[in-house]
Amino acid sequence: MYQWDFSILWDYRWIFLQGLGVTVSFTLAIIAGGLVVGLAAAIGLLSRFAVLRGVSLGFIEIFRCTPVLVQLIWCYYALPMLAGVEMTPVTASLLALSCYGGAFYAEIIRGGIVSIDAGQSEAASALGMTPALAMRRIILPQALRRMVPPLMNQSILQFKNTSLVSVLAVPDLVYQGQMAAHDSFRPLETYTAVAAAYFAILFPLTLFVRWRERRSEET
Amino acid sequence: MTTSQTAMIDITGLRKSFGPLEVLKDINLQVKAGGVVALLGPSGSGKSTLLRCMNLLVVPDAGRIRVGDTTFQFGASTERPGTKPLAAFRSRTGMVFQNFNLFPHMTVLENVIEAPIHVRRLDRKTAIDLGMSQLEKVGLADRASQRPQTLSGGQKQRVAIARALAMEPSVMLFDEATSALDPELVGEVLQTMQQLAADGMTMVIVTHEIAFARDVADRVVFMRDGYVVEEGPAGEVINTPRMEATKTFLSHFHKGAI
Ligand SMILES: Nc1ncnc2c1ncn2[C@@H]1O[C@H](COP(=O)(O)OP(=O)(O)O)[C@@H](O)[C@H]1O
Ligand SMILES: [Mg+2]
Repeated sequence: MYQWDFSILWDYRWIFLQGLGVTVSFTLAIIAGGLVVGLAAAIGLLSRFAVLRGVSLGFIEIFRCTPVLVQLIWCYYALPMLAGVEMTPVTASLLALSCYGGAFYAEIIRGGIVSIDAGQSEAASALGMTPALAMRRIILPQALRRMVPPLMNQSILQFKNTSLVSVLAVPDLVYQGQMAAHDSFRPLETYTAVAAAYFAILFPLTLFVRWRERRSEET
Repeated sequence: MTTSQTAMIDITGLRKSFGPLEVLKDINLQVKAGGVVALLGPSGSGKSTLLRCMNLLVVPDAGRIRVGDTTFQFGASTERPGTKPLAAFRSRTGMVFQNFNLFPHMTVLENVIEAPIHVRRLDRKTAIDLGMSQLEKVGLADRASQRPQTLSGGQKQRVAIARALAMEPSVMLFDEATSALDPELVGEVLQTMQQLAADGMTMVIVTHEIAFARDVADRVVFMRDGYVVEEGPAGEVINTPRMEATKTFLSHFHKGAI
């Protein structure tokens, strides 16, 4: 019978905390980056111009239909050769995960916008609003409310996806866990602690999203 | 040409197709300043499309539209107007929809002052004064801070009228403004429209309320299959229609005593 001993982890607390800090900041950065990419792609999808629609759709499908781990590695090893630019592991990770998230955000944002009754933009037009003003003042504020739960669900996935950056030696929670496991010869305790840390953050968040979903169904 | 000089709305040679479907076929129509025109006709005859062409919510394929002193010419050789001139044109015509289309994320007053502030660029205080006076006109000043969802259908439609009036438009267009209402709520909206007509507003009204058309409109235009079939003084067209199509259409209503 294996003798569990979590007390040895105490020595590695700062390493874990550093890793957690990197994971959380990475998540926030790729959520922000992903939302920018997603909004741009969604507006492209809704454009009057066929070329813009095609480019957006192509972008979205490429990132939805390839594994995110492959995208990460591709951005780090292949893109620098193609574009002739140096990529640090952090830049490559930010780029890949923002584009990956953006591809999914785009579909959510587009869906939220088209779910608003056509009568709303007609009324706005009839009052003399330009399409841009109507989008900003009438359509987006209503659409955003409907988008919040699915955007949060997607962001939760993004939080988990950050664990992949450890393959590029970005010192996130998983990477630091690996270091601690090698050093302590206690992989069972270390990886259990890593899993528990993810769970402790994500479980309350999923409960919150579920509560928001139920509340928005009621109104 | 005296009619077209005093006309507030002047439409000549208007055509519109949706794909292969020709919905408006050479429409000519004038509405004099302060005039009230009722647009009648069976469902699918093109009434809504014609009304939407009057504020360019639908852009025609051919023809000429003048409202006030702004003229737009349409045709294969003329360029489609840009979003800015279109928006400016629409800001001077008010439109009321069957389904109200109030903005649910705003209060009643915010609905009314939204376009005055962001389109006419009035300062907030002026817009609120204007908005409150329009809400008073439709009898809903005491509902200013409520959400539209808390109002009855009749109240919603009166807010929609106040919202359109707050742009101080030169014409008001009504597309079946009472068709979505419970019967007991129709009266309050018709009364508001009647008051507006009495105040001298130029109005085009698509309606199935034949009695209202006869009593409030001064002219009736009867449409079928994308054509204006018959046009004339309201009492005359409704009481003694000349065309077979008009007679057939009106007979459906006379059966159910109006
Ligand atoms: N945006 C549109 N696209 C395609 N067909 C349309 C559109 N709007 C109206 N139509 C068609 O044009 C015809 C006339 O419609 P409409 O003007 O709404 O008639 P009415 O208001 O008299 O019932 C109908 O056959 C309708 O289906
Ligand atoms: Mg109609």
